Parts: sequence; C-alpha cells; structure tokens
Amino acid sequence: MRTLLIATAASLVLAAAPDRAAAQTTLAAVKAKGYVQCGVNTGLAGFSQPDSRGEWRGIDVDLCRAVAAAVFGDAAKVRYTPLTAQQRFTALQSGEIDILSRNTTWTAARDSSLGFNFAGVIYYDGQGFMVPGKLGVKSAKALNGATVCVQPGTTTELNLADYFRANGMTFKPVVIEKLEEVLNAYFAGRCDVYTTDVSGLVAVRASRAPNPADHVILPEVISKEPLGPVVRHGDDQWFDIVKWTLFALLEAEELGLSSKNIEQNAASTSPSIQRFVGASGDIGKMLGLGNRWAFNVVKLVGNYGEMFDANLKPLGFDRGINDLWTKGGLMYAPPIR
Amino acid sequence: MRLSTGDPRLRAAAYQAAALAAVILLGWYLVSNTLANLEARRIASGFAFLGREAGFEIGETSLIAYGAADTYLRALAVGLANTFRVALIGIVAATALGALIGLARLSRNWLVAKLAAAYVEFVRNVPLLVQLFFWYAVITENLPGPREAVEPLPGVFLANRGIFFPVPAWSAVHGWMLAATALGAGAALAHARWARRRQARTGRRPPVLAGAAALLVLPPALAWLAGGAPTRFSVPALAGFNFAGGAHLSPEFAALTAGLIVYTASFIAEIVRAGVLAIDRGQFEAAYALGLRRGLAMRLVVLPQALRAIVPPVTSQYLNLIKNSSLAVAIGYPDLVSIANTTINQTGQAIEGIAIIMAVYLTISLVISALMNWYNARIALKER
Repeated sequence: MRTLLIATAASLVLAAAPDRAAAQTTLAAVKAKGYVQCGVNTGLAGFSQPDSRGEWRGIDVDLCRAVAAAVFGDAAKVRYTPLTAQQRFTALQSGEIDILSRNTTWTAARDSSLGFNFAGVIYYDGQGFMVPGKLGVKSAKALNGATVCVQPGTTTELNLADYFRANGMTFKPVVIEKLEEVLNAYFAGRCDVYTTDVSGLVAVRASRAPNPADHVILPEVISKEPLGPVVRHGDDQWFDIVKWTLFALLEAEELGLSSKNIEQNAASTSPSIQRFVGASGDIGKMLGLGNRWAFNVVKLVGNYGEMFDANLKPLGFDRGINDLWTKGGLMYAPPIR
Repeated sequence: MRLSTGDPRLRAAAYQAAALAAVILLGWYLVSNTLANLEARRIASGFAFLGREAGFEIGETSLIAYGAADTYLRALAVGLANTFRVALIGIVAATALGALIGLARLSRNWLVAKLAAAYVEFVRNVPLLVQLFFWYAVITENLPGPREAVEPLPGVFLANRGIFFPVPAWSAVHGWMLAATALGAGAALAHARWARRRQARTGRRPPVLAGAAALLVLPPALAWLAGGAPTRFSVPALAGFNFAGGAHLSPEFAALTAGLIVYTASFIAEIVRAGVLAIDRGQFEAAYALGLRRGLAMRLVVLPQALRAIVPPVTSQYLNLIKNSSLAVAIGYPDLVSIANTTINQTGQAIEGIAIIMAVYLTISLVISALMNWYNARIALKER
C-alpha cells in the first residue's frame, strides 16, 4: 500500500511542482534543510539495519554518513527513509530522498529510462540461491520444479526467470514485497528456495534463520550485481559529491588513512595525502564543499576497509572481489587530484 | 431578446462556462507540467513499455498462458484475470455465507442467533489485512511441507504449498456431460414454470423437487455411461519438489479468498438482517394467517420485499470486495495491483502504471454498479 501512496504522491509532485531541479540544486536544498535524506533498506544486516538502540548501521548507511560528513563535517546529519524494493525508485524520482543507498543493482535501464545516475559501486555482488539443508540439493541445476521465494521489482526477479529459462527448467515464484514476509514464507517452508544477492543470503542466514546451520547457499552465482548509491538525473554537482565521497573511502584505504590515524598522517609530506586532507589543492571547492571534505569523511566514518570490517566481517563476509585492486580485488578509485 | 448582464439565465451560463474553463485549464496545467518535469528529468513516459518483454514469472497463470518471455501487457492481463478469479468466487460465496449468517442472527434458536452475532461482531471489527495475514499464516505455518503432506481423503493432500485434489482426466465425454447438464437444467426450469402455472390455475402445487433432481442428475449420468464410463482420474503425486497432476489451490489464493469471503460476509449479514427487520411484522403475521410456515413466509413474502432494501448496500459491498482484493500484494497473490507494482518498478513508469490500475478498477466498479442498478430497478416496487 505504501508503494501506491508514494507512487501516487510522486505523480502528484511531478504534476504540481514547478521544476525544482532547475530552481535549486540538491546541495543547496540539503544545506538549507540541514541534513541528507537517505533512502535505505528496511532491514538487511550489514547493509542497513537499526541496531538495538535504534541507530542505523551498515555500509549503505555509512555511505550516507560519509556524504553528510563531506557536506556538513558532521556524520550525524542524516535522516533515513526505510524503503522496500518497490518503493525505492519512486521515492528518489519524486525527490522524497536525496540519495538512494539501498543495495541497488546498477543496470542500463535504471541508469537511463528511470532517470537516475549510479555514483559507483560500494559492493560487487552476485545472485545466489539458499535452500534448507534437509532437501539435499547440491546445485542450482537441480532446482527444476522448485517453488522460489523472491521480492518483486528487483533484478533478482528477472535473473531468476532468465536462469531457469536458459537451463530449460521451470519454477513457481512466490512474490512478496516485504522482506519480513518473504522470509517468513521461506522459513515456514512455503518455498523450497530463497533467492537474492549472495550478500543478502549471507546476512539473512546469519541474522534471521532460526538455526543458520540448517540452510545451505548453493555454489552457483548466476548474475553480476554491482550495488551502489543512486542519485537523480539532472544535478551533476550532487552526483559528483556522492561519487567522490565513495571514491574518497576507497582512496583512503589505499593511502593507509583510517579514522584512527588520519589526524597524525595529515601532517605527512606525501603529496597524495596532502591533497586528500585538503592541505594542498582545492578539490573540495571544485566539488562545492569545504576543503577538508575527505578528511572529515575518513575521520568521522572511516575508510572503506573499516566500513567492511565493522559491518560485514562479523556476519561472515569475505573481502573477495571487494578488496582493493592492489590486493587483487575490483575496488579502484580514480586519482583525487 | 435583449442580452444583458442582469439576465439571470445568461449569468448562470457564464458562471458555468467559467467553471468549466477553470477545470480544463487546471487539467491541462497538470498534464503539461508533468510531461515537462518528466522530460527535464529524462524519465521515460508513454505506454510503449506494454509491448516489451516482461522477463519475470508469475506464480498463478491458470486462466491465461504466460511465460517470462511474454509482454508486460500480457502480464497485466494475467493479473487482471487473477483479480477476477478472486472477485467472482468471493462475491458468490460471500453473498451465500452472508445471507446465511444474517438469517441465522434472526433465528429463534438462542445459540444460533448468538453465534451469528459473535461472528459478525468479531469479524467486521478486525482489520482485513490482519485477517489475511492470519489466514496465510494458518496455511503456511501450520501445514507440513509437501513431503509430509496430510492426506485427509485418498488423493487429497494438504501441505504448505496449497491444497491438491484429484480431478477426472479430461476427455470428450466430459464435454458431452456438460452439454447434457445444461439440457437437463433447461428442462428442470421449464418443468418448474409448468408447475407454477398449474398451481395458479388449479391451486394445487405438483411436486417439483424430485423431478428437478432427476432432470439434473440423469442426463449427465446417461452421457457418461454412453461415453463408455471413463473413470481415469488425474491424481496429485509427489514429484521432485512438489505435487504434480490433479488440481491445486495455492495458499495465497486460498488465504485471500477465505479472508475476503469471511470479512465481506459479516457486512452482508448485517445488511440482510437490517433488510428483513425493515419489513413490517404485520407481513409475517399476515403470511402466518394465510397458513404459511415461517420458512415459506420468509421466502415468499418477506425476502422479496426485503431485497429492495438489501440490494443497494450489498452492491457497495461487492465493490468493496473487489477493491479489497488489492490487499493481495501483502501475501503475494499475483493480482492486478501486484503485477502492476512489479511493472512500475521494472520500468520506472509509475504514472502510467497507477493510471492503468485506476482505470481498470474504475471500469470494473462502474460495470458492477450498472449491473446491480439494473437488477435493483427490476425488483423495485412496481407502482401502477
């Protein structure tokens, strides 16, 4: 129902509001209201989930905090809008949120016809399958005729259909929008299989399964799912800010700068570090931010490695392809200069 | 004729023209501004996406064949068919159950009346969405998996994948049996009409029930025997992950239909009760004085009059049921709204998607209103 409300509201906003993008930049609007409005998952451990004290935690949440640190020098100036897979795009299109940081896959259609820009990749993922161990299934190729639980409006839903078609198999989808409800259906045995990105499977198994050892993640990874933050078309400045905040997180790890040591290392004579902390050059000004934007990001939130270790490692995630390019992974930031 | 601003007719016409112009202008502003904003944000618009490949599967496609390679338009048609399936079964069953409960609440039997009252008060005061979750949980959480399915009758299986039951394997003979049944039903109606005329003429009512039963049962039975009495059944059997063969009701369909029927029936029950109570007690007494028993007095004298009070509010309950069926989204039944939501999300074209949903519900509701208004006019008091 909320989807409908948001979609209807979006229609009305699009219908009634004079073109706001032209009137005021997102950065000016964010500064005026004093916080970044960030769309996150309703609850996916390691990516975005409220902890026992109601504080949002996860790498998607940390990205929003990093943007707030870059803009305001205060990582706490973020407000969160928890969104289901179906609500997320209308919320961003209508201007209800400033950034969508909600394990969202970068695809051509979303980048073009939905009116969005993807500001990079925060986690390289791929789609997998989880089954109860007692079924004795060892491979996704043996899933012919299975009932599969999946959330609607995701790339997952499309990859699933593609994979079964390509392998000449059939399946019955059970499509439920709310993560809680779809997981209930899977754990109650309504489905044989739950499918989403492998990161999601690992997180769900660790945080939601009554007994994690009862569930097996099958070896096949059937798709590429680069997950990243998303902004609206039409505001290049804001797009640059989010993009370079993400790159700053990666660059800091590569330079060996962390929340613990950046104060001491700020005095370093290395030209890269000098530029990074804003002691030389004026990259910050070019982005429309203060010159200590990247310093604040690392000081207040940490580097990418710290985010990964704090949020994903405890759940059993491996760095794998999400390691820095210097260590054999895919994480690579263009030079900040 | 002299035109002047003092002429009240002219003034009225001018005001109306101005109001109409304002409405049209507002509509034009909304549409053009929407298009301009969509263009500025480079969000795709238009209905071209309907012809593109949908790419997702749908769980229930019993009425229209569908695969992931079909178009969005076909996917939406499957959703609409699923909405109709629930609405049709829901309306018929809710009417029957509602009428039964409503009459039960008027019963002279204390226990029956109180049970019916408790049903109505409980069911209509709990939100429908909660009831849907309840029914869905009852089915998926309490029933075992397909490999440990309960078999209450031979060939009938209850599992958290739904209800599986055997159906006769289709053959040409079944077509003949259907035709024979239709023929028998026609004959039974003609027989009943003959009996009614005979009663009007002679005052004696010839027995109808036995003849009607025979006319309904015998022709299909004869067709079946003539066709060689095929007895092959398609029986559900465990194959791989799930049952194959037989017929099947999914938990989502069962939960949604059960929820809608039980909920709407409680409102219909109150409408039926109110309709009957609206008829003067004197009508009952007059019917008793003519020697009719309570059941006959109800059926022949009171209910036909009560219908006039019942039909209009029941119409709105039918409309409510259809609109409430969109709550299917919550429990994963692929109705129109669910498919349209997925379509909106895959294509990003929210305005078009919402417009389709609104247009379809509006059309369905207007058609049902028109039908019920026609029926209401037919049974309304004929004033001569």
